[in-house]
Amino acid sequence: MDKLKADSNDFATNIKKSSVRNLYWSVAWVASIALAAFGPRLIWDFATLPTILGVLISLGVGFGMIVSTNRYIQGLDELGQKIFLDAAAFTLGVGLVCGLSYELLEDIRLISFEPEIGHLIILMGLTFMAGMIAGHRKYR
Amino acid sequence: MKNRFKVLRAEQDWTQAQLAHELQVSRQTVNAIETGKFDPSLKLAFRAARLFELGIEDIFQDEAAS
Repeated sequence: MDKLKADSNDFATNIKKSSVRNLYWSVAWVASIALAAFGPRLIWDFATLPTILGVLISLGVGFGMIVSTNRYIQGLDELGQKIFLDAAAFTLGVGLVCGLSYELLEDIRLISFEPEIGHLIILMGLTFMAGMIAGHRKYR
Repeated sequence: MKNRFKVLRAEQDWTQAQLAHELQVSRQTVNAIETGKFDPSLKLAFRAARLFELGIEDIFQDEAAS
């Protein structure tokens, strides 16, 4: 049973660690976006320097999250990567098709409000979650 | 593609979790391979062959050829 242990650590433990690390980055990114969005209005009264810093911090943390997610995906086994990739591809398609149609709704005066990017992000988040659940169910 | 994963695992008296640990994949992956829902990559197939001390063709068979 020890034949293959030498060249790798415990897979499940590594995935768990990687997931937790990715979760921290995601929470940090959401917090940095909140700071960049609400800080100017609620904390520093639109002063230019902290506002720029807030945006730069959110960009930096965002890239950190991207790197962390990439490492997480690389750490998955091949089935895990396939499920993730399928869900991501489905999300990209839904995001593109629905995003463009949603944006069009205002131009053709079917809705009277400005389409919010947040709505698209919520849709993409839900689509990705549904894709991951469907993938895990398929290969259960 | 057919495979003898389940039989070989049973011969070694391993659980899916033990085999998954040895192959450094998830238990879900072992189960998906055993049930024929997922075909492993060549890299993983070689890993399994090394683990079971068999040739790849002794573990995996092309259904179209048989």
